[in-house]
Amino acid sequence: MASEAYEAVIGLEVHAHLNTDSKLFCGCTTKFGAPPNDNVCPVCMGMPGVLPVLNRRVVELAIRMGLAAHCEIARFSVFARKSYFYPDLPKGYQISQYELPLCQGGYVELPRNGGDGAPHRIRLVRIHLEEDAGKNIHEHDASLIDFNRSGVPLVEIVSEPDLRSAAEAVEYLHELRSMLVYVGASDGKMEEGGLRCDCNVSVRLRGAAEFGVKTEIKNLNSLRFVEKAINYEIKRQIEIIESGGRIMQETHLFDPEREVTRPMRSKEFANDYRYFPEPDLPPLRVAPALIEEIRATMPELPAERRARYGSEFGLSGYEVGVLTQEREVADYFESMIPGLANRKSAANWVMTEVLRIVNESGKSIGEAVPPPAQTGALLKLVEEQKISLNAAKAAFAAMVKSGKSAAATIEELGLSQVSDESAIASACDAVLAAEPDKVAEYRAGRDKLFGFFVGQVMKAMGGKANPKVINEVLRKRLQG
Amino acid sequence: MTELHKLTIAQAALHLSERQISARELTRACLDRIAAIDSRLHAFLTVSEPEALAQADAADLRLKAGGAPALCGIPLAIKDIFCTRGVRTTCASRILENFVPPFDATVIERLRAAGAVFLGKTNMDEFAMGSSTENSAFGPTRNPFDLECVPGGSSGGSGAAVAADECIAALGTDTGGSIRLPAAFCGIVGIKPTYSRVSRYGVIAYASSLDQVGPFTKSVRDGAIMMQALAGVDPRDATCSARAVPDYARALTGEVKNLRIGVPREYFVEGMQPEVERAVRSALANYREMGAETVEISLPHTEYAIAAYYLIATAEASANLARYDGVRYGLRVEADDHIELYNRSRDAGFGAEVKRRIMLGTFALSAGYYDAYYLKAQKVRTLIRQDFERAFERCDLIATPTTPATAFRIGEKTADPLQMYLSDIFTISVNLAGLPGLAMPCGYDQHGMPVGLQLVGPPFGEETLLRAGDAFERAFTPRRPAL
Amino acid sequence: MLRFIRMAQHRITREQVIHVSELARIELTEAELQQLETDLSNILEYIDKLDQLDTAAVEPTFQVGDPGTPWREDTVTNHPQPDAMLHNAPAREGRFFKVPKIID
Repeated sequence: MASEAYEAVIGLEVHAHLNTDSKLFCGCTTKFGAPPNDNVCPVCMGMPGVLPVLNRRVVELAIRMGLAAHCEIARFSVFARKSYFYPDLPKGYQISQYELPLCQGGYVELPRNGGDGAPHRIRLVRIHLEEDAGKNIHEHDASLIDFNRSGVPLVEIVSEPDLRSAAEAVEYLHELRSMLVYVGASDGKMEEGGLRCDCNVSVRLRGAAEFGVKTEIKNLNSLRFVEKAINYEIKRQIEIIESGGRIMQETHLFDPEREVTRPMRSKEFANDYRYFPEPDLPPLRVAPALIEEIRATMPELPAERRARYGSEFGLSGYEVGVLTQEREVADYFESMIPGLANRKSAANWVMTEVLRIVNESGKSIGEAVPPPAQTGALLKLVEEQKISLNAAKAAFAAMVKSGKSAAATIEELGLSQVSDESAIASACDAVLAAEPDKVAEYRAGRDKLFGFFVGQVMKAMGGKANPKVINEVLRKRLQG
Repeated sequence: MTELHKLTIAQAALHLSERQISARELTRACLDRIAAIDSRLHAFLTVSEPEALAQADAADLRLKAGGAPALCGIPLAIKDIFCTRGVRTTCASRILENFVPPFDATVIERLRAAGAVFLGKTNMDEFAMGSSTENSAFGPTRNPFDLECVPGGSSGGSGAAVAADECIAALGTDTGGSIRLPAAFCGIVGIKPTYSRVSRYGVIAYASSLDQVGPFTKSVRDGAIMMQALAGVDPRDATCSARAVPDYARALTGEVKNLRIGVPREYFVEGMQPEVERAVRSALANYREMGAETVEISLPHTEYAIAAYYLIATAEASANLARYDGVRYGLRVEADDHIELYNRSRDAGFGAEVKRRIMLGTFALSAGYYDAYYLKAQKVRTLIRQDFERAFERCDLIATPTTPATAFRIGEKTADPLQMYLSDIFTISVNLAGLPGLAMPCGYDQHGMPVGLQLVGPPFGEETLLRAGDAFERAFTPRRPAL
Repeated sequence: MLRFIRMAQHRITREQVIHVSELARIELTEAELQQLETDLSNILEYIDKLDQLDTAAVEPTFQVGDPGTPWREDTVTNHPQPDAMLHNAPAREGRFFKVPKIID
């Protein structure tokens, strides 16, 4: 296939909303979902005479992300005006950062081979602060503008073109979002516009030293669209080159309905941004003491957590991957396991029972399933052999509905497992006494009958006997 | 008491506090004066009679209770560049002809809280771009000393209003000389504070790193009172200094013994009006008689200041004026697409000088030209700043003429933009260096047109300027226009 | 011996004026275009005098005065007042600002 001869080269510019109460330069709320033009003031509306004042929490959150990505945090950085005209940009310029950004360099580690191989580094160019613009809604013959989003703080995270496939790009985005959520910088809600991505895509023959001409695909706001858009674009570029054409450096948009990329019709973004330092804001000075203060409050990062789950709990790369994909799930798991001896079973429980219910319900893990302490208590009962695994599954389903504790549920549903040897022994004796022919057949070599006896004992005990004990007692009796 | 409108702040405050006059009477006197002469002067774009009288009545209640601030009940004229809640604010531009701000500028808020009365909004050069108030979209203002002459700009309306006693004091802004030049042309006192001394929040921006708010008053003493009310930190302006505000009145000692006054040789050039030079040199002689010392200094980069200014100011302005697009407020010319909307609205809304400066500024920042123009100009700005730093090692303040000539005739300089720009030659460096400057009358030419002396201080040296200005004023009686 | 770098262009061409007017979103009439070409050329020629200064070793001054408040706390201090914010809208539809359809 011709496409095998080519290598894709992809770089991403990700814009993420920072998790602050108020906007970057004014005291309007950043809360999503308000009626149009409720959360605006003269400053974020760009009225005459207004001035920006920096929100300090924005700086803290951006530094947290910078530290998580191993960037160098600039002690001196500068805001800049980026000039272009668009109806959702109230001042006719965006306050961003240009020559001297807050964070430089850094990298994001992607787990390789399902987590069991050495991590693969995607290098970053920079992370900087900027304000978001408003939103346009396109009607039949007009466009309507809502400035609620105007002035919401963003970090822009720019990667080197180190990605080589759409799948890898999605993995990178996932990890980035995970990091943002882990450090509390963002809530990563792509559906609320909280995370958007511009992709720079080019192709070249494998082994070539130079990069090909790139296309920029703007404003992708879901991982699915990112994957489709990049794959489409790679295919499109290869086809053009194979047929002797040349790639034009263009800006494209992704059409989610037809699932194609197409060039932007207006020349808006082939602009000369005329950057210059923002005269209304003093340079941003970050003291080393502040950086250390922030570093001291950093949580364990996804990559660190993954490593620990592998080494401390002996979980496989796959298991680690599923558990750490969302910070909330990993937090749930860790809150569940104190007091439990078998971490792997616990991990399995989370991956199967817990996540199934969470995914089906569409709610967050905090709302969909019982609190981790209760789930832990339930699993402890299994470890202590007070209930069977099947009983635990039934109990868990009931707990989801009732909100009651594990102990209460087990009692209410009568799911306690009998492990008392003498009780089980009596039942075994009774069963074996009732089937002398089968006992003889078993002793003669029909091993399969063992399961029959176990089943009969279980039936006699109303399904509540501890199967392990049944097995032990029966083996002893039948050997005799 | 008659002719209340001719009072100074200090005089009016005394009479008000002793209840010899009421705030309403004082405001009424100013409003009547405006009604009598402003059709000839055209200093005002908007007169707020009912609001002013309501403010005066509220002031009277406070004055009756006692302990009211110095500006309580004092009628002021406000340059139409300050956002005033509920009152039309046009910046003398068609693009904001019907704009009514939903908020007050910080300085307006402060003056309101102090009980001042706002008579109305004064005329100016459109978006503060000009030196004569001829660039107003609504017609020029005239000089009260000679109605065929300009009052100076860009704060010409405020300058004329004070000189003609239409108000007791006024507010203006100064980016390249826009307070000091009208003060000089109209024979009154104008102060441009140190950059960052006064909040810019709510002041429609022209050039962000140069704009400063300042007062027009009839005396230096009054200037100190206004400065006290205006200066100080503002959490809504990140560039407004948190430095403590001194008690400016304490600077008015009348003492200038041993004060070292620097006289820059570059400010006494060929082509200056001889009467201007004579009046300024005479003022310097007065200072020496009072015990001050004059020292010749050099500010060698003076000749480059206008060139640097017209790159920096226009670049910042090109971005500051990008918001005028007809989307959220202001003039809109209908179009089929949003690009046409912007193009047409801005072409219709902006006057020629504003377009010129936006174009120049856009060019100076554009790809390939940033280094040679904008960046270069900011480097020259450093050299100019350093000139002053070196000078202030040898003197306490600097004295110069404010302008090379007295007020010119309306229409005289409008044909050649560059000619107009050169009027700012003595004021512009002060903005580039961010220093405080004060202009005050020191003489009159043979036609009776005022000559302005300019005093320039080191950063936050307003007290020195007020002291020197006040000392001079004690021995110099300014003339009033015949109007 | 100091060497001064001369700027390549003393004047501005008509094409450049048109390009700048597009960047600045100002639609110029033919008369305005010609006048601006003249005016801007003259001004830029005057500005050329900055070339006389060797500023290679000079740092630019972007801001003067004392620095002010570097930042503010992350608190919500504004309350919805959509009518006041929409009051000056040249065209609106309900709570939205309205413009001609934007085509991407």
